[in-house]
Amino acid sequence: MTDTAQPSRPLRVLAAMSGGVDSAVAAARAAEAGHDVTGVHLALSANPQSFRTGARGCCTIEDSRDARRAADVIGIPFYVWDLADRFREDVVDDFIAEYEAGRTPNPCLRCNEKIKFAALLDKALALGFDAVCTGHYAQVVLREDGTRELHRASDMAKDQSYVLGVLDGKQLAHAMFPLGDTVTTKDEIRAEAERRGLAVAKKPDSHDICFIADGDTQGFLANRLGKAEGDIVDESGAKLGTHEGAYGFTIGQRKGLRIGTPAPDGKPRYVLDISPVNNTVTVGPAASLDVGALTAVKPRWCGAAPTGPGTYTAQLRAHGGETEVTAELIDGSLEVTFTEPVRGVAPGQAIVLYDGTRVVGSATIASTVRATATAV
Amino acid sequence: MAYLDHAATTPMLPEAAEALTAQLSVTGNASSLHASGRRARRTVEEARETLAEALGARPSEVVFTSGGTEADNLAVKGLYWSRRDADPAGTRTRVLASPVEHHAVLDAVHWLGEHEGATVEYLPVDAHGRVHPDALREAIARNPQDVALATVMWANNEIGTVMPIRELADVAREFDVPLHADAVQAFGQVPVDFAASGLAAMTVSGHKIGGPYGIGALLLGREYAPVPVLHGGGQERHVRSGTLDVPAVASFAVAGRLAAEQREWFDREIGALRDALVEAVRTAVPDAILGGDPAPGGRLPANAHFTFPGCEGDSLLLLLDAQGIECSTGSACTAGVAQPSHVLLATGTDPELARGTLRFSLGHTSTEADVEAVAKAIGSAVERARAAGLT
Repeated sequence: MTDTAQPSRPLRVLAAMSGGVDSAVAAARAAEAGHDVTGVHLALSANPQSFRTGARGCCTIEDSRDARRAADVIGIPFYVWDLADRFREDVVDDFIAEYEAGRTPNPCLRCNEKIKFAALLDKALALGFDAVCTGHYAQVVLREDGTRELHRASDMAKDQSYVLGVLDGKQLAHAMFPLGDTVTTKDEIRAEAERRGLAVAKKPDSHDICFIADGDTQGFLANRLGKAEGDIVDESGAKLGTHEGAYGFTIGQRKGLRIGTPAPDGKPRYVLDISPVNNTVTVGPAASLDVGALTAVKPRWCGAAPTGPGTYTAQLRAHGGETEVTAELIDGSLEVTFTEPVRGVAPGQAIVLYDGTRVVGSATIASTVRATATAV
Repeated sequence: MAYLDHAATTPMLPEAAEALTAQLSVTGNASSLHASGRRARRTVEEARETLAEALGARPSEVVFTSGGTEADNLAVKGLYWSRRDADPAGTRTRVLASPVEHHAVLDAVHWLGEHEGATVEYLPVDAHGRVHPDALREAIARNPQDVALATVMWANNEIGTVMPIRELADVAREFDVPLHADAVQAFGQVPVDFAASGLAAMTVSGHKIGGPYGIGALLLGREYAPVPVLHGGGQERHVRSGTLDVPAVASFAVAGRLAAEQREWFDREIGALRDALVEAVRTAVPDAILGGDPAPGGRLPANAHFTFPGCEGDSLLLLLDAQGIECSTGSACTAGVAQPSHVLLATGTDPELARGTLRFSLGHTSTEADVEAVAKAIGSAVERARAAGLT
């Protein structure tokens, strides 16, 4: 490790600006570092009509304006690029299909992989840009051999390397995360935005999935997939109740099961399995959520793929903690064994492997093996 | 820097700026009866006379508005309402419009259809975006009694095509149908004479001719009394209420006079620069398609509109902007997202092709250096934009 994420050579940088405070400060920092920065807001839910009614599917008019306002203050050119078709195909449709298949997707990760560091990056490179800059909290470290590593942000509490774990070496070579290498609290970022005259300084954080503006994922899915009543059963197969669509559940979910009768032991029940084939949701005690191993598919590596088994720390969800694993690539699939059982692992989510702070790679969880001998 | 977006707005003429600033510190509501009011009114009326002369109109035919958009709305909605209401049967509700109008007309017409019972009919245009008098005749003649108004722009803001306004107005007059023309782009570039045109109403705007923003006018034949869009103090023939912006009015008139005086110079000199620009682009990008009428007499002298197959107009804009060349894709956008131009679609252009447009519009400050800048940059920009492709 010889260098930080900020190269000394001025680059032509395309800053993805969502309209939020993080990406605005990231763009400002890149510009201040001497790079030739152009801002771009991605319109991801365009609803073109022959007459301009101002109607758009999402809350993006305001976000787009906020982004433009920030770009004007920073003093960089600003454009809105319509990537709505790509986003719908690669992220939204995939999101729906994954839920329909009983899995729990992470659309942000998918967006980074397919949109920000693929569709956007490809277009940026073709237009003569050197890098895409975002407001993610993660670090790109340049090694002596010229390759790049992705590391956790200096501030572990803000770290977003998990949703960037899908990036391969080529994508990383053109990624810039100006917020990742300083220990900065959200308040400090807001203060910095304020100091820079960026009106987004006081804008509330967005936590939700951007294409589900009201935060009602269940309603969104019900709208698109329709209601499909099915059974909620226990581990023995006994019917406990009904649901309105198996896609509405996530492994490990406890709330909203609406089962009338309590468990015999009085303990809470959790979603253990979702079976789209027979539209059945299996629930059971917390202990049955313990996973000892998993298989993950579509692995992506930040550098070379590891050979042979290795010991890593793993992260299994966006705001999850670290857990120790051994992992090995067998026939293109990642076979992972947990040192200690972990609870509530949802197929569809990504497993990101770390070596210390360095992201080694990621893969999509396909199936899990219970810590207790029964396989799910 | 090469500013080639004069159709969006053109630098203010020094004389107009001087007239504006001279009035800014003068007090007076042109509707007041006291000395200050009289002084303001004199300034306004002199401006009205100047502008009327520049446009071949009577002073009483000049109705000041806040700009082109308001004048278009007043003409389209106001004439529609008054004509509909004057019809005993109440069936005079057909509105004829060219499909290549500016959104200030197009959206107003559309709104009448959605909310005021209008039957909107779009007139056919040829591949250059031009409405032929026969097309207007055919549309009116189908039932002359039910046509509330027709509206056809004098010259198109995107592709620069000049319409045969005199001939169109003749047809409309034959059937006693009022014809409105948005002449915002035409004023100062082609001969615009309101009386000779035979139009019922005509829109002009200040900032497109080197005057200030926020001021425009509807030239309105004296026999027409459109229903106001803005109700209030009854200024401007009771057609457009609101205290007049005296400095803007004065400045607009100066710009209008100069636009008329310098029109032939503009046509000759700026037209020659435009021809050089077209030539340069065609040399650098042989498959670039010139939009609008290729005949010099058929298009605005300052307009050069191109379609670059395989390019996203936005990409070209970004690449040229990075080299200090400022132009436009020419089409409107929804929340910043470029849409294929309704003008190009109306001329039968393939929607995919219509995404790759650029409009260079020259003006009174344009120079050979601007053309050279484009000549130097356009080839590689198109090459890059093609590599980036269509998303």
